[in-house]
Amino acid sequence: MKILVCISKAPDTTSKIAFTDNNTAFDKNGVQFIINPYDEWYALVRGLELKEANGGSVTILNVGGADNDPTIRKALAIGADDAVRINMEPTDALGVAKQIADYAKENTFDMVLCGKETIDYNGSQVGGMVAAFLDQPFISNASKLDMAGNTATVERDIQGGKEIVQVDTPFVLSAAKGMAEARIPNMRGIMAARTKPLNVVEPSAFENTTEIASYELPPAKGACKMVSADNPAELLNLLRNEAKII
Amino acid sequence: MSILVYANTAKNKVHKSAFEAVSYGAQIAEKSGDSVTAVVVGNADDLDTLGKYGADKVIHVTNDKLNDFQPTLIAQAIQQAAEENNASIIVFSHDLSGKSVAPILAAKMNAGIVTGAVDLPQMDGDFIVKKAVFSGKAYAHVKVTTATKIISLTPNALEKKEYNKTASVEDKAYELGDSRLKVVEQKIQSTDLPLTEAELVVSAGRGLKGPENWGMIEDLAKALGAATACSRPVSDMDWRPHHEHVGQTGVAIRPNLYIAIGISGAIQHLAGVNQSKVIVAINTDPEAPFFKAADYGIVGDAFEVVPKLVVAAKAMN
Repeated sequence: MKILVCISKAPDTTSKIAFTDNNTAFDKNGVQFIINPYDEWYALVRGLELKEANGGSVTILNVGGADNDPTIRKALAIGADDAVRINMEPTDALGVAKQIADYAKENTFDMVLCGKETIDYNGSQVGGMVAAFLDQPFISNASKLDMAGNTATVERDIQGGKEIVQVDTPFVLSAAKGMAEARIPNMRGIMAARTKPLNVVEPSAFENTTEIASYELPPAKGACKMVSADNPAELLNLLRNEAKII
Repeated sequence: MSILVYANTAKNKVHKSAFEAVSYGAQIAEKSGDSVTAVVVGNADDLDTLGKYGADKVIHVTNDKLNDFQPTLIAQAIQQAAEENNASIIVFSHDLSGKSVAPILAAKMNAGIVTGAVDLPQMDGDFIVKKAVFSGKAYAHVKVTTATKIISLTPNALEKKEYNKTASVEDKAYELGDSRLKVVEQKIQSTDLPLTEAELVVSAGRGLKGPENWGMIEDLAKALGAATACSRPVSDMDWRPHHEHVGQTGVAIRPNLYIAIGISGAIQHLAGVNQSKVIVAINTDPEAPFFKAADYGIVGDAFEVVPKLVVAAKAMN
């Protein structure tokens, strides 16, 4: 079973978010980058579990510059077999998806896994786009994935509930909570990751469809208005007459 | 030209988020002078209500292949409707359906897409859409450079506007491909409104000490007409169902009111709720980080405060 896991690099959840260049660029200064948690905890780890149970390989794919290599090595340390970095600064989800799909077309995989969204741009876009470019079924927000031969049984979140679906390989899936538990790389994994193949591929031509014109920080929150625990009814009064929301 | 809106349905009714999306499309059309066409897939017996929020026309796609949720086929149907109606902008709700279908359509049409919009687009000169990024800690203004544009709207981000139009309904049996995806079983929750669309949410955390203490949370939610939610530890310990878990790994919500009871306010939790319009924190610990993110706070024991709130909320109604 050949599994491709797409990972994105994202600022650690606790990072302070700031912008530079007149609010047109994210300030990376002092920011710790991690593998996007949904890609790592759910897509990658479930991919590894399926490989361990059924044999095959897990390839990591990342679209980004050479500064992403430490993040990619971490995915290798967790247990992936090899990695590919498409050498392009990602600026547009459609462009990223095009690169992933072009690579997947040339190197045929049984499944392409990614997280449900990234915690930086919160787009939820790349998985569906890759599926469309590959003309493969897309299962989004999957919380369980089991394989029997070439048939996957998947639990996915849908509007108002969950659904069990079945689909034969190949397919594209975006992973959400429930798929797997995070794995911490051990020393052996970290050592092995140093020598695992990380191939750098040049991007194919693509014209961007979107660009970020500027960023904005939300206005600072005013002080929290405290209400006495002896008179909680006052809270409802404020919510109705001051905030006007109930 | 026209603005096309994908109007999601559930249980034979047009979904609340679909009305928001249609109203959003109609507000864009007011500026651009276009007409608004809503596309509905599957059955709904209240299609005429789409006119209320601004649809001029409703395309009802009647292909049986769409009885199950088939994102690829829905995208095919919307693409045909978009081409037939010369759509320049296609609007989705950024709910679970929109998150699945909109990116497929964007790739098929090579259309620039912005997901999770929180405001109307700027259309003087460049076409720019504002969306939340970095898990609600910032906004990005995204310029779309293609002729066809796709926007998905964050549920509960904008007030719905009423237009009270009378929408004509056209049945269309578009030709669709075959899907290899088969739905085996559906587990629909009993709650009517998904958490992402609730306007008021009462949420509780580990401070409640055990699942047996949720009665007062449910009572408060009921008295306010709110949905219930919980923090990650609570769902991990199975005190509450997983779909109630809000936060970074659970669902991100944007209600008008979020009441957090016995939740300390870890950054991962705040990432899922920081877009709420008004936040109330109730906690015994005056140093709880939630008070920094909250608009209103009560330092006190949930077991004393919440029952009093229930009484007051009932008296208010």
